[in-house]
Amino acid sequence: MDHPIKRDHSRFRKIVKGKIRENLRKYISQGQQIIPKGNDQFKVPMPSIDIPRFKFGDKSEGGTGQGNGEAGDPIDGEPGEGEPGEGEAGEGEGKKELEVEMDVAELAKILGDELELPNIEPKGKAKLESTVDKYTSIGTIGPDSLKHLKRTYKEALKRQMSMGVYDPVDPRVVPIRKDYRFRAADTKVEMENSAVVIYMMDVSGSMGEEQKEIVRTESFWINLWLKSQYKDIEIRYIIHDATAKEVEEDVFFRTRESGGTLISSALKLCKEIIETDYNPNEWNIYPFHFSDGDNWSADDTKVCLSLLDDFLIPNSNMFCYGQVESRYGSGQFYKDLSAKYGTSSDDVILSKIKNKDAILDSIKEFLGKGN
Amino acid sequence: MLRSKPIEGDLLKLQKEIQGYADEFGLDYFPQIFEMCDYDTINILAAQGGFPIRYPHWKFGMDYDQLSKGYRYGIQKIYEMVINTDPCYAYLLEVNNWLDQKLVMAHVYGHNDFFKNNTWFSNTNRNMMDIMANNGSKIRRFMETHGQTKVELFIDKVLSLENLLDMNHLFETNEILKSRNKKQEQFKSESENGNYVVDDRSQALKSFMRTNDKGQEISPELPPEEEDISAEKFVGKGEKDILRFLINHAPLEPWQADVIACLREEAYYFLPQRITKIMNEGWASYWHSTILNQKALEPSEFIDFASIHAGVMAMSKQNINPYKIGIELFRDIEFRWNTGRFGKEYNECTDLYEKENWDKKTNLGRQKIFEVRKSHNDITFIHEFLTPEFCNRQKLFTYKFNPRSKRMEVDTRDFEAIKQKLLTQLANFGSPVIEVEDANYKNRKELLLRHKHYGVDLDMQFADQTMRNLFAIWKRPVSLATAYEDKEVIFTFDGKELKTAS
Repeated sequence: MDHPIKRDHSRFRKIVKGKIRENLRKYISQGQQIIPKGNDQFKVPMPSIDIPRFKFGDKSEGGTGQGNGEAGDPIDGEPGEGEPGEGEAGEGEGKKELEVEMDVAELAKILGDELELPNIEPKGKAKLESTVDKYTSIGTIGPDSLKHLKRTYKEALKRQMSMGVYDPVDPRVVPIRKDYRFRAADTKVEMENSAVVIYMMDVSGSMGEEQKEIVRTESFWINLWLKSQYKDIEIRYIIHDATAKEVEEDVFFRTRESGGTLISSALKLCKEIIETDYNPNEWNIYPFHFSDGDNWSADDTKVCLSLLDDFLIPNSNMFCYGQVESRYGSGQFYKDLSAKYGTSSDDVILSKIKNKDAILDSIKEFLGKGN
Repeated sequence: MLRSKPIEGDLLKLQKEIQGYADEFGLDYFPQIFEMCDYDTINILAAQGGFPIRYPHWKFGMDYDQLSKGYRYGIQKIYEMVINTDPCYAYLLEVNNWLDQKLVMAHVYGHNDFFKNNTWFSNTNRNMMDIMANNGSKIRRFMETHGQTKVELFIDKVLSLENLLDMNHLFETNEILKSRNKKQEQFKSESENGNYVVDDRSQALKSFMRTNDKGQEISPELPPEEEDISAEKFVGKGEKDILRFLINHAPLEPWQADVIACLREEAYYFLPQRITKIMNEGWASYWHSTILNQKALEPSEFIDFASIHAGVMAMSKQNINPYKIGIELFRDIEFRWNTGRFGKEYNECTDLYEKENWDKKTNLGRQKIFEVRKSHNDITFIHEFLTPEFCNRQKLFTYKFNPRSKRMEVDTRDFEAIKQKLLTQLANFGSPVIEVEDANYKNRKELLLRHKHYGVDLDMQFADQTMRNLFAIWKRPVSLATAYEDKEVIFTFDGKELKTAS
């Protein structure tokens, strides 16, 4: 039998996800927002619920610390940061939000865990095996460039101590040949597979900064997840109003046009890109389209649907459409697509993204099928 | 359900060895039981405050969630898990290597000795494993009768007030002992005479209530003129033990009173650990370090031990590491009492050179630290033994928020300031002092609490929510007198919104 704490645990998860005990929602410190921080480093706060108590206000309090520094020196590197010390006044039970810094691979794993994303089963023939070297173990021989300084130091220290030549007053530790340790490679087998993600976005007047910010954040997470699933990944960007063009990443997020909207123009360009560069038998293809749902005419929507049916759906892993709510958008395109493909199709995945808070749910909708 | 098993074989031999050293050094401990478990189990235990069975509540699930994620993502690792019971239970992690186990064992004997001998622990119930399990099944039964959500909602509200404890409660040594014994005897004789109606109420609640012949509950703490409204004003005035106050005076259903009593009992059980964190960890670290360095280490283990020990002792600029400050203070005391650096003669010596080389060969160090571990708590420990030399050597400083640069900055290395700051943080186990001012406020059965303001404002957002929870229990408007942003104010929650009056 499972330990009863697993029931407490699932109850906690349900509260955090807002399924039960609505009244606790206001105490939840948003744990699921993962904050990018510098180069490939991220802060991951974990969800927690603060039981309200009479307690001291934070900022003014300050605290005590240990270490070097003059009056006026910050107690940690970055301005604006630095939590006041709770003081170890015995508050052993009270937990602060955990914040961790970690790299992309770990982050993808957490994202996968949090959203319960299934691993993708790459399609098609592209299942060639290839080997990669990963430096995960330690050896006694190797080139200088792979020298593991810490381990080497430890070996040298051990040797000096056991030989009785270590002098605590003048602790100089000099390694000799025998002390050297090197990072050594283990060979791992990886699947040779590649994927291309093609982002299309409506940049007509009705898509404002807020909407683009949502698309930017969402695409960041999608890329992160797909990168963790495929060995090689290429990303292409298309912007469109009444006409479409391929652009670089930074242009993609900066451009704002004012024209009308023909969604078919983007889908056509997407088709051309696939036809020229990506053989669907070798590539896993992910077209993502984001708009506020406005299309100029019902006729153009018809063109879009036939483009989807004839080319894009049969040749991609899935076609994803994300509709960002805007004040001006009618949301008509979502209705058209859902009328044709339904909302639970495996080939065409539709998601409405109301605001920033809905991004994670939307990612789960897109990637939750494991296609 | 419990997924740990007693250690055997080599580890048992190791325990015998370590215990032998503990005896040699004169540690005095409860019988020690080590159990081996996997990571998931130690996470479960840690989430439940060290106990295998608690009442059902999402907060344990939350702690478990964070601990297991912390472990999976490689952020944190639990080194030791020991609980204050007789016999004393401690858990070892099966993935730990030999040296880790050795260190943890020695450390645990330190904690065990502290639990047994420190005077602040003398009233803790060493049978807490059973009590917690009983409280758990009781609350489970309430959930079956009244519905899980209803009981959980109530528990949430009580937890909101869980830190409003009276530290003096731990002082009432003889009194408590006497009244507990008396009550137990009474309980015994009553049940022997057969006129005690067996009921579900916990032992904790029974200490508040006696059942009279008619089965009505009366509270012994209430004055007989309870009916007289004018007397209400004085009921509970100055009471800091808010949970006890609520059990006695709030309009509660029997199961609710029982829930509060259970939670209050558990909160008081953990209180001594909260007020001796620095000493307790310092003492245990002192002993793992002494036992390993002088006795238990193999030559090949020295470097790895030094590395682990250094990790545990790491200093932090944002916080005081209790392990570090604790062990260093005990060592400092030992050194001072070995060399005679205490008392009038030493304090009044003005010759710096003489002072620095002071050595009267008193050799009272070991004896002194055993005395200190018996009679002090963190506050008195810091108050009495923190010295300017120590602060200097340990590079202690205070920091505060600079509103201009919007960051925390080093404030001063002045001894008095550091000591004051530390004591402020430790005062009343880090919680604001809140007491009942008037239980019949405005002559309308409203409740007025007073926050004794010693310089730091309350977090008003939290206070607002806490008052709502208190209102739900008291069922009449609740007010809090405090100072906020340098003004005397009274906040009132009347069931709808929080109002302010100065």
